[in-house]
Parts: sequence; structure tokens; C-alpha cells
Amino acid sequence: MAIGLVIVSHSAKLAEGVVELAGQMVQGEVAIATAGGAADGSLGTSMEKVLDALRQVDSADGILVLLDLGSAVMTTEMAVEAFNAEQPSHRIIISPAPLVEGAVIAAVEASIGNSLDEVAAAAANAHMLPKLSDKHS
Amino acid sequence: MSMTTEDILRWLQQLARVLQENRDYLTQLDAAIGDADHGINMDRGFKAVTEKLSTGTDTDIGTILKTVGTTLVSTVGGASGPLYGTAFLRAGMATSGKQVLSEADFVSMLGAFVEGIKARGKAQLGEKTMLDALLPALDAARRAEGEGLDLAQLLRQSSEAAKEGAQNTIPLLATKGRASYLGERSVGHQDPGATSGWLILKTLADTCGGA
Repeated sequence: MAIGLVIVSHSAKLAEGVVELAGQMVQGEVAIATAGGAADGSLGTSMEKVLDALRQVDSADGILVLLDLGSAVMTTEMAVEAFNAEQPSHRIIISPAPLVEGAVIAAVEASIGNSLDEVAAAAANAHMLPKLSDKHS
Repeated sequence: MSMTTEDILRWLQQLARVLQENRDYLTQLDAAIGDADHGINMDRGFKAVTEKLSTGTDTDIGTILKTVGTTLVSTVGGASGPLYGTAFLRAGMATSGKQVLSEADFVSMLGAFVEGIKARGKAQLGEKTMLDALLPALDAARRAEGEGLDLAQLLRQSSEAAKEGAQNTIPLLATKGRASYLGERSVGHQDPGATSGWLILKTLADTCGGA
């Protein structure tokens, strides 16, 4: 078994795109679900969508949630509270990582069977991976 | 003096109208220092609340307020969804089973409302958020209750404190929410969340505070 990943974004398109990129690295080996956009499809976040996504990738090994901006955290926390009522023993970690880089790293780490804490730690350091080579500075 | 279930329903119906009337104003404030959707969100959220409540039967204040909370959470995609949603849910829990609220009950309800926002958003006074209107309003309500003032005066003093609090956000630097991305450029603009917070309390005072 492996941990599950949930991608939360104010934009449904952005969430789908992140899953596409992360998916390329792991060829479907990792359960990743999206919760992008508000309930009516406009820009925003939806507690219902996040809760559905958590249920979709639910794993006894735990779930790591990657998200974009501010209010996505509050919406996710509310969904996690509701989820914890259903699955009190399944751990969920909300990652502080930048969305794209964090998701890609998390997918790779999850695909090799690392634990929730190991994947969370790797994702949390995603911002440290150099994007530009030294020549650009 | 007391606040009944009917008073609460009248307040919420009027609030939906007030938020519709102020939709553009709130959106304008949010366009200056945010993602320009606060007015749209509050209008949408409370239109849904009005619809939800119209189908309800005889019920208690706690259930009504919890319904407002869950409706806001499921219809408002911005930060106000979780924030005001949690506020109304907590207010509903504090007034569970009640059909009538005394001054003390109301202050307790307002305390739960504001505490819900603090717990959900993890902000404090002075960070240019809705708390800058609501915390002074809560203080004013507690003071008024302590002085033995009746509900009408309590509501009006609370509303005035919220208005002043909202205006006091103008010079503040945003460190929370989308506005925090603007840094110094957030200074000089009134916070939209503090403004809607004031409107919520002002409407309460206007509908339940006597003329």
C-alpha cells in the first residue's frame, strides 16, 4: 500500500494540470485525487470536493494534501475534521510545499512506498531544489 | 428584552438584502486589496441561506444558525466560507435548543461566533481582517451587558464598535489572506471582511435593536 495524495486548488484546471505533471512521474502507481475550484466551478475552494478527494484516496498509510493559497488551508482543515470523524485512525498531513514542486516530489516519494512522514518531509523541502542553474544568478 | 427565533429570521432575511445592496461596494474593497470576490461571495452565500431557511419548519435558533453555517461553507468558495461558516456553526452550537435569547445568551452567542473565526483563521487583532471589526464589537457587547444595558442598546453599541473597527483597518498592513500578497499596497484601504463583519452587526442592530 502507499499513501494517497490530494491536490487542492482554487482552480480546477490548475489542480488537473498538477495531477497530469505528477502522474507523468509515477505512471498511475499513486492514488492522486483533485479538489479544484468552488462548488459551482468558479475560482475558489470547496470543502465537499476536498472531503470527496480524501475519501477517494483514503489509505491506512495516510494522505498528504498539497494546496495553493491561503483559504485552501481553512477549507482543507474543515474537510479533514469531517474526514477524521469518519476515519479517526487515518493520518492526514497538509503540506506547506509549493503546489507543483511539492506534488511532483510527493508523487515520486509515494511511488517508492515511503511513509507519510518521509513523503511529507521531502515535499516540505521542495522549495530547496534549485530551479535555475548557477549561470542564471 | 430578548431576541426570539422570529427576530433571528428577520435579521437573516434583511442581511441577505443588505449584502445584495452592498455587493458592489464589498467587491470594490476586495478588488483593491484582494481577488475581487468578497461582495459576490457574501451575496451568493446569503441568497442560498434565504432559500435554505424558507423551506424550514418551526425550529430553534441553534438549528437556524447551524444551517446558515453549513450553507455558507458549501456555497462560498472564498475565505469567508470557512470563516463565517465556522462562526455561524459555533454560534448555533452555543444557542442549541433555544427559542429566546437574553442579553447574556446573545453575548455568549457573539463570543462563540468570534471565537469560531479566530480558531479557523488563526488571526488576531490588528492584522487587517474581519476580527478588527468583530473583536471590538464583542468587547462593546460584553461591556454593555456588564453595565446592565438592554439588548437594543447592546446591539447598537456593538454595531458602532464594529463600524469604527472596520474604519480602523484602513491604515493597517495586511499580513493575512490574499491582501498580504500586496504588502505595503494594502495600506490605505478598508478591509472587505471587516466591512462585511460590521454590516452583519449593523443589520442585527437595525432589525432587533428597536428604532
